[in-house]
Amino acid sequence: MARINLDHIRHAYGPSPKSPSDYSLKEVHHEWNDGGAYALLGPSGCGKTTLLNIISGLLQPSEGKILFDGRDVTYLSTQDRNIAQVFQFPVIYDTMTVYDNLAFPLRNRHVPEGEVDRRVNEILEMIGLADRAKKKAQGLTADQKQKISLGRGLVRSDVSAILFDEPLTVIDPHMKWVLRSQLKRLHKQFGFTMVYVTHDQTEALTFADKVVVMYDGEIVQIGTPAELFEKPKHTFVGYFIGSPGMNVLPAKIDGSSVDLDGQKVALSFAPKIAAGAKTELGIRPEFVRLGREGMPVTISKVEDIGRQKIVRASFASRPIAIVVHEDGEIPTDPRVTFDPSAINIYANSWRVTDSLPIGGAA
Amino acid sequence: MLELKNITKVVGADTHIHPTDLVLERGSLNVLLGPTLSGKTSLMRLMAGLDKPTTGTITFDGKDVTGVRVQDRSVAMVYQQFINYPAMTVYENIASPMRISGKDAATIDREVRKAAELMKLTPYLERTPLNLSGGQQQRTALARAIVKNASLVLLDEPLANLDYKLREELREELPKLFAASGSIFVYATTEPQEALLLGGNTATLNEGRVSQFGSTISVYRKPADIVTAKTFADPPLNTIDLQKSGNTFDRDGITVLPVPAHLSGIADGPCTVAFHPHHLSLARPHDTAAVLKARIIISEIAGSESFIHVDCAGSRWVMLEHGIHDIEPDTAIELFVDTRHLMAFGTDGRAIGGHAGGSAFRAA
Amino acid sequence: MEKTWNNKAWFMVLPVLVLVAFSAVIPLMTVVNYSVQDTFGNNEFFWAGTDWFTDVLHSDRFWDALTRNLIFSAIILAIEIPLGILIALNMPKKGLGVPVCLVLMSLPLLIPWNVVGTIWQVFGRVDIGLLGYTLAALGINYNYVNNVFDAWVTLIVMDIWHWTSLVVLLCYAGLVSIPDAYYQAAKIDGASRWSVFRYIQLPKMKRVLLIAFLLRFMDSFMIYTEPFVVTGGGPGNATTFLSIDLVKTAIGQFDLGPAAALSIIYFLIILLLSWIFYTVMTTSDAQK
Repeated sequence: MARINLDHIRHAYGPSPKSPSDYSLKEVHHEWNDGGAYALLGPSGCGKTTLLNIISGLLQPSEGKILFDGRDVTYLSTQDRNIAQVFQFPVIYDTMTVYDNLAFPLRNRHVPEGEVDRRVNEILEMIGLADRAKKKAQGLTADQKQKISLGRGLVRSDVSAILFDEPLTVIDPHMKWVLRSQLKRLHKQFGFTMVYVTHDQTEALTFADKVVVMYDGEIVQIGTPAELFEKPKHTFVGYFIGSPGMNVLPAKIDGSSVDLDGQKVALSFAPKIAAGAKTELGIRPEFVRLGREGMPVTISKVEDIGRQKIVRASFASRPIAIVVHEDGEIPTDPRVTFDPSAINIYANSWRVTDSLPIGGAA
Repeated sequence: MLELKNITKVVGADTHIHPTDLVLERGSLNVLLGPTLSGKTSLMRLMAGLDKPTTGTITFDGKDVTGVRVQDRSVAMVYQQFINYPAMTVYENIASPMRISGKDAATIDREVRKAAELMKLTPYLERTPLNLSGGQQQRTALARAIVKNASLVLLDEPLANLDYKLREELREELPKLFAASGSIFVYATTEPQEALLLGGNTATLNEGRVSQFGSTISVYRKPADIVTAKTFADPPLNTIDLQKSGNTFDRDGITVLPVPAHLSGIADGPCTVAFHPHHLSLARPHDTAAVLKARIIISEIAGSESFIHVDCAGSRWVMLEHGIHDIEPDTAIELFVDTRHLMAFGTDGRAIGGHAGGSAFRAA
Repeated sequence: MEKTWNNKAWFMVLPVLVLVAFSAVIPLMTVVNYSVQDTFGNNEFFWAGTDWFTDVLHSDRFWDALTRNLIFSAIILAIEIPLGILIALNMPKKGLGVPVCLVLMSLPLLIPWNVVGTIWQVFGRVDIGLLGYTLAALGINYNYVNNVFDAWVTLIVMDIWHWTSLVVLLCYAGLVSIPDAYYQAAKIDGASRWSVFRYIQLPKMKRVLLIAFLLRFMDSFMIYTEPFVVTGGGPGNATTFLSIDLVKTAIGQFDLGPAAALSIIYFLIILLLSWIFYTVMTTSDAQK
């Protein structure tokens, strides 16, 4: 296992990048802990796969260095970096048995056959393919094949890091739950450094200790799932994490008081905002209370999604989403209140953390 | 109205579709929900006329269309892969079905622009599909299906290859489209959440069998059998095999759960008790909740809530709890079951007793 | 999966069916007709039953020619298939080299059989041919007209030059269809170059290799034009293959009955061997 340092890394696919927009990956400078589980989360084209390939060595960055445990590996090949990677679509050796597929990375490294047998059987048990060990891998279903790919990634005990590139894309929803929790448990048990690329927030949040949210070639925020949910640094994070995403409403801010198109909301602090900045209030649908008290809203649609209801409404002439519990009522004269501790204020789309010494409760 | 009567599809020794009856109303959205290879695509191909059923008849507005070729039916189809004409512009792609049906230029232009506006494609009309993002490509395919104005629109996991957030946005737009046209929409998906978000009707499929068909929320709340309940659960359904005796559910003579009022009518004997992960909690939700002992397998944190995988007397369950609860594996805990939402299934898998919040439910 | 049914489709393929009937079925039936009868001209026919077949199967000429054919095909396959794979593996996968290589590879395939024969006939001549002259100048005694070994070498080299490209192009098509992820995964798994070939490239090329193998077998087994042009079946009968023997029998001697019987036997041998190869190669596939 290794600590990973990304030292001022930039990458452009074109030959001679000039302007920042030529870079698919803008400057990344971070240290990732040994034994951490990281998820790279973002929409397609955000640079997350580029970053993963730079870590695995399949791609050389245009600029910057990458270090494993302090050792510069920027120009080392994938083999020499000693990493394991699982791809989006199953990569299996058709002509080999399931067992031989899993043993392949070990045998290539001349691991003694007794040790190979022990490791492979462990993995077979974990991915639930023990009864097919001696079968050719060719005839298996897509999700069984992907389990083999996952297994091959996990079979070596000496790797610096295990990288996952959207590994659960081809897996049925029910199996996703099983595999995800197995990966997580495995991480707890063995403490591998894991990097997991996905566009699915549930996968990212449930898998990782730290989620790296990327947008347009940049890292927007690195944080624990709770931080990303409660205190999104950027409105993009608020929108991208959570389903539905955070409600972002244009707001006029005066001390610790917010004016939302005529509706007044009191804050627990007075945000410090540069003059002329575009200011917004962010509140997650989970923290909007629907009841008979508060500010008026007009409900346009109620989506009953089983365990909860998503209420689509118009508030202060803006659309707003509200989450209501399964047994929750929808009042005839609906009004909303915002949980004060869950309100975030944004200036030019970035979260305001500084508060003014005067006014409010700050 | 599309009516499938006793449809089957047998290919060689494999039965792809077991006897199926379905009635799809005009202007309705119908979700086919089931795992990969459950027969969703086979059923769609039969509806479209791409395949001929082995037995049974298909009628459209009372007219038998069983043997009618797909070309002679009014059908539009959108696939998981983004299928467009790569050499044509987005405009021409959208216009293509109308060109084939010989509409006049003015009508074509009007319809293309309307569909493009609806699908947010107006700025890209002059580009070719390969210069577009995945979401825009799929929107082009959807727009083409819309302008065709077919009486049957089949969507085979149309959002599966798209980013999560993009999926969320399109999912919101789609029902609006459905509502606006008088067509019959059929939408295949593997994801229970997607079915719930789309609403409409849902048919749950498993191994080539439609296990239940009805309004989406009623199928979710009142599954007729355990296969339906499991298919329609994400996170997975929690189940435990128990013995009902009097007013308790027992295992090996030890009481596990009390029998809630809505299940009091079922006969004593073996049954499977099931409930959704959000009806399991760390804190007592109400007075009548039952308490159980369990061991933590792993906790997953998903922002505002936690998925806690537990082992309860050999049954593997998932608990969906609000807030952040990162409990170490192998910790022994007490958990509470909201018995008001229990479901019970007989040894044959059929639902028995009643469902929460409703009168006694008889399997259809 | 069952496809759309459409009765009109039959009308569409009708012209092709008629064409096939005229070009293949009717001539074949004529041959069958000749093979069981005897004729001395004037359109008089006598029933000969299986006599011609018995004659052919008992003649040394037939067995010698068949043996030559089998040896020739075996040598051709043993060289062209591995060589084709080797060249395909070393062809560029992207960039300007791809079209250049593809065009170069396709060139020999565009040349008609008899032209290839003529080119090599001239090329190999000791007096004026570049190859023959060079070899002679180097002190190598090379003469495909007199020397059996030289004649065979010439035919084999000529066939390799003409047809290896086909194997290359088929293998190349198989190779470029392998997604990059496979190579990346192999790197990560620490696979050697040989393992990559053995476990990724070869399995993925299997289908095209089967086609290449069958095409090259059938073609080399039916070789006619090149030996006819270059060696005329000689020296002696050293390069008299079944096809050449057939023509000699039919046209040279006008023995239509035995010739017809020989062609049917010839046809059946090709069919049988191709079927055997196909079955062996696909069943080994299915077991895996």
